[in-house]
Amino acid sequence: MPTSLEEACQLLSSDPRNHVALGGCCWLRLGSRRIRKAVDLSRLGLDYIREEEGWLVLGASVPLRQMEIHPAVTGRFDGLLGRAVSSIVGVQFRNLATVGGSVYARFGFSDVITALLALDARVVFHRAGEMSLEAFLSSDGCPGDVLVEIRIPDDGRRAAYESVRRSSTDFPVLAVAVSRQGDDWRVSVGARPYAAQRSSEAEACLAQRRGAQAAGEAAAAQLRFGSNLRGSEEYRRRMAEVLVRRAAQQLEEEQG
Amino acid sequence: MKVTIILNGTPYTREVAGDLMLLDFVRSCGCLSVKRGCDTSNCGLCTVWVEGTPVLSCSYPAVRADGKRVTTLEGVQEEAEAFGACMAQQGAEQCGYCSPGFIMTVLAMARELTDPTEEEIAHYLAGNLCRCTGYVSQMRAIQAWLKERRREEQA
Amino acid sequence: MKLVNEAIPKLDSGALTGGKGVYTDDIAPADCLVVKVLRSPHAHARIREIKKTAASKVPGVVVVLTWEDVPKIRYTLAGQSYPEPSPYDRYILEQTVRYVGDPVAIVAGVDEACVDKAMRILKVDYEVLEPVLDFEHALDNPVQVHQEEDYFNNFDIGGDPARNLVASGCEGEGDVEAELEKCDVVLDRTYYTKANAQAMMETFRTYTYLDYNGRLTMVTSTQVPFHCRRTIARALDLPKTAVRVIKPRIGGGFGAKQTLVSELFPALVTLRTGRPAKIVYTRAESFQASNSRHQMRVRVRVGAMKDGTVRAIDMHALSNAGAYGEHASTTVGLVGHKSIPLYAKAKAFRFSWDVVYTNTMAAGAFRGYGATQGCFALESAINELAMELGLNPAQLRLQNIPQPGETMPAYYNEPLSSSKLEECIRTGMKLIGWEEKYPRVQVSDHKVRGLGMSITMQGSGISALDTATATIKLNDDGYYTLMIGATDMGTGCDTILAQMAAETLDCPLERITVDGVDTDHSPFDTGSYASSTTYVTGNAVVKACTQLREAITAQGAIRLGIPAEQAEFDGEQVFDCAEPSRSTTLSQLAQALVVGEGTQWLTATASHCSPTSPPPLMAGFAEVEVDLETGEAKVTDYVGVVDCGTVVNKNLARVQAEGGIAQGIGMALYEDIQYDSRGQMLNHSFMQYKIPCRTDLPQIRVDFEESHEPSGPFGAKSIGEVVINTPAPAVAQAIYNATGVRVRSLPITPEQILLGGEKH
Repeated sequence: MPTSLEEACQLLSSDPRNHVALGGCCWLRLGSRRIRKAVDLSRLGLDYIREEEGWLVLGASVPLRQMEIHPAVTGRFDGLLGRAVSSIVGVQFRNLATVGGSVYARFGFSDVITALLALDARVVFHRAGEMSLEAFLSSDGCPGDVLVEIRIPDDGRRAAYESVRRSSTDFPVLAVAVSRQGDDWRVSVGARPYAAQRSSEAEACLAQRRGAQAAGEAAAAQLRFGSNLRGSEEYRRRMAEVLVRRAAQQLEEEQG
Repeated sequence: MKVTIILNGTPYTREVAGDLMLLDFVRSCGCLSVKRGCDTSNCGLCTVWVEGTPVLSCSYPAVRADGKRVTTLEGVQEEAEAFGACMAQQGAEQCGYCSPGFIMTVLAMARELTDPTEEEIAHYLAGNLCRCTGYVSQMRAIQAWLKERRREEQA
Repeated sequence: MKLVNEAIPKLDSGALTGGKGVYTDDIAPADCLVVKVLRSPHAHARIREIKKTAASKVPGVVVVLTWEDVPKIRYTLAGQSYPEPSPYDRYILEQTVRYVGDPVAIVAGVDEACVDKAMRILKVDYEVLEPVLDFEHALDNPVQVHQEEDYFNNFDIGGDPARNLVASGCEGEGDVEAELEKCDVVLDRTYYTKANAQAMMETFRTYTYLDYNGRLTMVTSTQVPFHCRRTIARALDLPKTAVRVIKPRIGGGFGAKQTLVSELFPALVTLRTGRPAKIVYTRAESFQASNSRHQMRVRVRVGAMKDGTVRAIDMHALSNAGAYGEHASTTVGLVGHKSIPLYAKAKAFRFSWDVVYTNTMAAGAFRGYGATQGCFALESAINELAMELGLNPAQLRLQNIPQPGETMPAYYNEPLSSSKLEECIRTGMKLIGWEEKYPRVQVSDHKVRGLGMSITMQGSGISALDTATATIKLNDDGYYTLMIGATDMGTGCDTILAQMAAETLDCPLERITVDGVDTDHSPFDTGSYASSTTYVTGNAVVKACTQLREAITAQGAIRLGIPAEQAEFDGEQVFDCAEPSRSTTLSQLAQALVVGEGTQWLTATASHCSPTSPPPLMAGFAEVEVDLETGEAKVTDYVGVVDCGTVVNKNLARVQAEGGIAQGIGMALYEDIQYDSRGQMLNHSFMQYKIPCRTDLPQIRVDFEESHEPSGPFGAKSIGEVVINTPAPAVAQAIYNATGVRVRSLPITPEQILLGGEKH
């Protein structure tokens, strides 16, 4: 159990195949992979939430539950982050699962990534340094490195979250986060079932004030969707249209 | 690795493997109320408190609890008694297998939320599965207990 | 009545809410060998060779057993009375494996680590065979699931393993085709229900040891300890006297534990090693290698006159037994037996069935036991019929249901000896707001709430078969010990039966102790299944307690020196009716009965087997809100009104109903065991197989319309199973009323509602 970031990185990079970094530890028992050595990141002091000049900074070890109850998080972006995580299993799970673990694992179904992407979040690694979340998602990941914190531009934007689930605490069949600051819109669609992605076409529709319905159609047309146990490609595409429209409508109504 | 965990107020110092989960640690210390119900962090049966916060002990490495206060239902018998009685009054325990984890979450909720609505209660407890009851009797038990507590506080 | 018909807390509630270690794994000795099972990754294969030398040599590993090491005795795991209708189609381990999860080897060692290591290095060479996975194509498929020569049926159930047919049959009355001809409207519809997991919170687990006399003793989480003893003895080739089964508190069953699942593995290890052994199933194992509800396709042809009189019903059920035939012929029977009788005006009915083998996990018993599948099919067809005729579906039921006293031809010609089904329907309509809300209420521009309903019946034990015995003992202080073989699986039957005993003996509940089940000490009982405990075992308890009462009175009379007819027992004392001041207290009498001259320790034993199985009845009403743009459906209100005869325990009956309805809603909207193209189960966890959590469900409302069942204890019938049946058809109809989309296949998913359903 390392106590410094450098130590953690050294441990992890010594033999990345057999090592796994422990964030919140949920789902550790899943999968058949044998874990030879685990590196516990819980004592690196990364459980901070900071309000810096122009940024909201979440340490990688911040539990998801904090997103629902910490005033610095709930008071921003219309409580987007809290809303995004509130359907994830239960409080005892969210007290363990961390924002860093959610981001680092890059699961397709991640509500957290869907929401953070709509806020243009940036991720900071100990070795690789800072990059946009979008860049991280399209990269090969950062094996052997430690995610330190997530930095969210504190630009006062409004945001809305919509998802469809087979049951209330299940993974989303599709998840959508939309944010807006004036005519600057961001549309993020997750659980397609691939990892969340922005829809530039939908954003353009909204920026050009062509309406929420057009934005929904644009997102459905632009993005790639797939089928799995929870839903078909066709259904997901339909949901993208509906949920993007609904989220955008909320923000249109609120700001006029 | 050697750890000392303060379990229900008593320090336990043990040599533990890195992959030992807190669930198995507390059961080996005689806290049999803590149950494993799944392999996927979904059911809530194994809920214990670490430093007062409810967590899934099946997914919490014992080494991480080194030096920390861990509480199971065995450690809050007095606090849980009144609520347990409300459960019994409703028949809400049924097979009883999910009861300890559920009770630990209810007690944590009562510490965290003031005058929760029915919706807030259900949301807080959504991670505690039960196959017997359909949850309605559990809600009746919670409401009866919260009412009793309010009455006691006012008195 | 003082104790029956009250809300009495469960006798074990203090232990359960206090988190005491009362379940199998909590009380297992620390020195048990850890037992695990290596399972087949193939849906159908033949084992060429298992290289077990290296695995056996792992330090700490005590024994590795394969198909070559087990008795070649066929048996069934179904917990049914002997001779079981289920085919004897299993070995403990077999050279042929028939589904992904079928046991291949048993490994036992001193700890989990060494057993896991041995399991990893155990090398199995399989000849992989083509599997048959689709139950609609299993009959006469070139792939044959059971080819063994020693396949055995105790009696003919219409099966033919060469055709993958476990069982088949047909029954009926009247000329169905002729009556259908005469109908104004005939509907022909096909419905599908899925394999569902019982998903009790405590997975399967067992530990075993040899007692000081070398007898195999087993502590196991089971609903059927006596059947368990018989089957263990058979499968291990032991005399029944050499097996003892103990049932401690168990963490739910719902039918899953009416089949033996984990028992034989540690038993075999203990026999081979002489050491205590324990197996605890993981949740994945519990999903993947146990049993489930039978998947079914049910075709319904129903004919009616314009006024709504149902004139003829023809049902055919195709049921998927999976790889082994436990409960195959019996579950399918309930599809028709528990649905058709509710349409009493029918002049003819026919019910036929085929049950087939496939290379999927074996099905078994799950609350409702076929009645649930039949209810979904026939009640859905009746709902469709009401639409077709332009009639109110609740009204259509009121027009057709059997009246108390009528004989039910489709229910073995048993009489409907008690029924308040009509009141159940009327009360339910009031509670749900049927008049105001039916068929739908628009909530917002894209949200609509629809209403739907259905009715159902179950049985109370198996007629002329289920047997229960109760023993009641008067102890030296004037308190009683009630001995039963019925198994409390959390439902509270220990409490309910104690209430009946206390009521009969006129004493407070505290004076009765009830023990768990131990086949060495408990009287014989077929077990807790088929909704039999309250009704069948309850009757045995009342009989035994009545006998004991008479014996107490007689003994009191002797002590008072009066004829027995002159004495009366009021629960506290026996007194002289002619001179009531002359009396002996129960405590004095009980002490005297065990000391000195004239001692007579009083105990009474009585058995009960009922010639009939009086049906509990129920009407269920669902309000479902559908998002028309996403297809998401949520049950926003559910009303269940039940006639279970006299409600013995108001709380426990209510919780049974609420819990059953919740499981029924799970079946309707969420639960679906799925396999991939190679027969691998896709959702063997609570992450992928979603049972309803509390935010998925409404505050289910339950009411009772109590009839008085003349043959039941204190007028009681059963409640355990009837409560799971109504949600699926009621929810499907509510969704139809909200959207106009008819989904005939469960579970009804948002995607089906939006994209896949048929518009009518």
